[in-house]
Amino acid sequence: MQPFVKLTSIPAPLPLINIDTDMIIPKQFLRTIKRTGLASGLFFEMRFDDHGAPKPDFVLNRDPYTSSTILVAGDNFGCGSSREHAPWALLDFGIRCIIAPSYSDIFFNNCFKNGILPIAIPQEQVDALLKVGSDKKEITIDLDQQKIVCGNDVYDFDVDPFRKQCLMNGLDDIGLTLEKESFISSYEEKRAEEKPWL
Amino acid sequence: MAKTLFEKIWDAHVVHKAPDGTCLIYIDRHLIHEVTSPQAFEGLRMAGRKVRNIQATLAVADHNVPTTDRALGIKDPESKLQIETLEQNVEEFGITYFGMSDKRQGIVHIIGPEQGFTQPGMTIVCGDSHTSTHGAFGALAFGIGTSEVEHVLATQTLIQKPAKTMRITVEGDLHDCVTAKDIVLHIIGLIGTAGGTGYVIEYAGSAIRNLSMEGRMTICNMSIEAGARAGLIAPDQTTFEYIKDRPMAPQGDDWDRAVTWWDSLPTDDGALFDKEIHIDANDIAPSVTWGTSPQDVLPITGVVPDPENESDPNKKAAMLRALDYMGLTAGTNLTDVVIDKVFIGSCTNGRIEDLRAAAKVIEGQHVSPHVQAMIVPGSGLVKEQAEREGLDKIFLDAGFEWREPGCSLCLGMNEDRLNAGERCASTSNRNFEGRQGRGSRTHLLSPAMAAAAAITGKLTDIRKL
Ligand code: SF4
Repeated sequence: MQPFVKLTSIPAPLPLINIDTDMIIPKQFLRTIKRTGLASGLFFEMRFDDHGAPKPDFVLNRDPYTSSTILVAGDNFGCGSSREHAPWALLDFGIRCIIAPSYSDIFFNNCFKNGILPIAIPQEQVDALLKVGSDKKEITIDLDQQKIVCGNDVYDFDVDPFRKQCLMNGLDDIGLTLEKESFISSYEEKRAEEKPWL
Repeated sequence: MAKTLFEKIWDAHVVHKAPDGTCLIYIDRHLIHEVTSPQAFEGLRMAGRKVRNIQATLAVADHNVPTTDRALGIKDPESKLQIETLEQNVEEFGITYFGMSDKRQGIVHIIGPEQGFTQPGMTIVCGDSHTSTHGAFGALAFGIGTSEVEHVLATQTLIQKPAKTMRITVEGDLHDCVTAKDIVLHIIGLIGTAGGTGYVIEYAGSAIRNLSMEGRMTICNMSIEAGARAGLIAPDQTTFEYIKDRPMAPQGDDWDRAVTWWDSLPTDDGALFDKEIHIDANDIAPSVTWGTSPQDVLPITGVVPDPENESDPNKKAAMLRALDYMGLTAGTNLTDVVIDKVFIGSCTNGRIEDLRAAAKVIEGQHVSPHVQAMIVPGSGLVKEQAEREGLDKIFLDAGFEWREPGCSLCLGMNEDRLNAGERCASTSNRNFEGRQGRGSRTHLLSPAMAAAAAITGKLTDIRKL
C-alpha cells in the first residue's frame, strides 16, 4: 500500500447525496478477478452514455477534474453493497482522498485498506470545498497535522490514530495482526475447550 | 453490569484490545462467494499464507450463476472465469464448497442458516453487505470488503472497534397482510438509509418475537439498507427449533451446552442502548418504494410525493432526480403504477415462507398478459421443498417462470436483467439506479404484494385483491 502523507489537488465536486457503491462501480465490472483496471468502470452510468462515449457534463470527464486526486461529495457516501471494487475503481482513477459529511461503515473501512483517506467534516465545510472545487482552486490535505488547507482557510479533521499510522506508513493489516499470533492461538485453545461445537 | 446482546457477543470474541480501544476479534464463521473473494485468495497466495480455520469457512457460487438450465453452462466468459476461479481456490485451500450441481447451492445468506452453519452468539462475516441477515439468530454478522476477507482467511480475526447500539422495539399486533418486509421498509423510511450508520441495531418487541425465523431474517437482512453495521434479534425457542438437527448444528451433549450459552445471550433487563426507537405495529401498512433509495418508501395507499414540499435542497435535488429516473409524476396514486416485470427471490425474500406467501395469492389466478414474472428460489433446498409442496405447479400454472437458485435479478450479474425503462415489482432489497440493469426501475415490496402486482399488472394493495 502506498503511504499517504500530503496531497494537493483541485478537488472534483460531486454534490449528490447517498452515492451508493452500485453507482460508483456497477455490477458488470465486478466479474473481474483483479484489483486493478477498474477506472474504466468508475461512475460508469453517470460518466458514459448508452454508446460508451464520455458525457461531457460529468465532472470527472472535464478538465482539470480528470486529474483530481480529491473528490468532494454529499452525505452518506458509499452506501449499499460492500464491494471493495468501489475504492479500487476510485484509486485506479487516481482518487486518494474523499471529503463528505458522512460515509457508510463498510465503504469507510474499505478506503483505509487501500490507502484512500475518507474525511468526514460538517456540511457547511463540505459546501465551502465544493465551491473551491467549482472555482478550480487547489487544496492540500495534511494527514499528519489533520488539516485541510485551502488558501487562508484551514479545516481540521478527525482520523482514528491506528488508521492514521497505517496510512502514513503504508502498513499491511495482516502483517500487524500476525504479530499477535500468540493471542489468537490462546483464544483458540480456550474456545475449543469452552465451546467444542464451534 | 447489565449487558446488551451485542456486548455479550462482542466481549466473548475479543482476542486482544489495544490501549486506544481497537480490538482484534475472533471470527467464528466465514462465508465466501465468487465475486468478492478472488483478490483475497490471490493475496494469500502471493504472501504464501494458508486459510487459518477451514472448518469455519464455507463457500458457494451465487451471484453469477445462471437460473436457467445449468447443464448449458455459463455463457458469459467473465462470469464463468470468476466461478472457475472460486472452484480452484476452494480446492487449493481445502474449503467446503457447494458447487452449481449441488442441491445445497444457493444464495450465501440462505444456505448458512439452512445448514445450521449460522448459530446464536457467533461472529459471522462475508464479503457481502447482506451478511446482516444472520443476525436474526442472535449472531453478530456483518459484511466486509475483500481486504478484510483476506485478513479473516489468514488470521481468523478482524480489527474492529465496538459499534454503538440501537434498539428498535416494535410492539403490538400487525395488521392483516403486513409482513416482515413491510416492517423493515417502514423502519428504513422512518430512520433513513443513514439512520443506522455506526450502530448495531437490535430489533425487539412482540411484533418481532412473533415472527418466524424467515421473517426475522428478512428484517435483519435489510439492516444494511438502514446504514447499520449489523442487525440482531435475541435467540429464543423459535431460533433453537429452527437450528436443531440441521447438518452443521451441534449434536448430542454439545447441543445442550450450546443451548445453555445461547439462553444467556438476550439483553439483560436494564442494559443501556445508545439510542432507542419505539414503533407501534399498528402504524405499519403494506409498503412499497417509489424512488431510488430504500428510504423512499410509502404505504401502498400513498401517492408519489412532491419535491416542491421538501425544504432541504440536497434532499429536494435527490427527489427530483429519483422521480425523473423512475419516470413518475408527483401526485400519482402508487396503485396506478403499471409494471413490466415481477421478481420474487433474493436473500431478503427467497425462502420457503416467502414462496408460500406468494403462492397463496397466486393460486388459481393468472399473471397479467403484459407482465413477465419470475420466481427464483433462494437455494436448491428451498426449491426442492417448494416442489414437494406443489408450489411450483401453482406458479407455473399462473404463468410464472420457475428458475434455478441464485442472486439473479436482485443485481443482474448473471443473464437476468431489466432493460432500460422497465419497471419491476421486486422482493429484493435495493432500488438503486441501475441495480437491476442499466436504466432499470425497481419497486421494493413483500412477496405477497409482488404476487398481487403480477396478477393485476400494477402495484396493488394486497388487502383489496
Ligand atoms: S440476493 Fe442480492 S442482496 Fe442478496 S447476496 Fe445476492 S446480490 Fe446480494
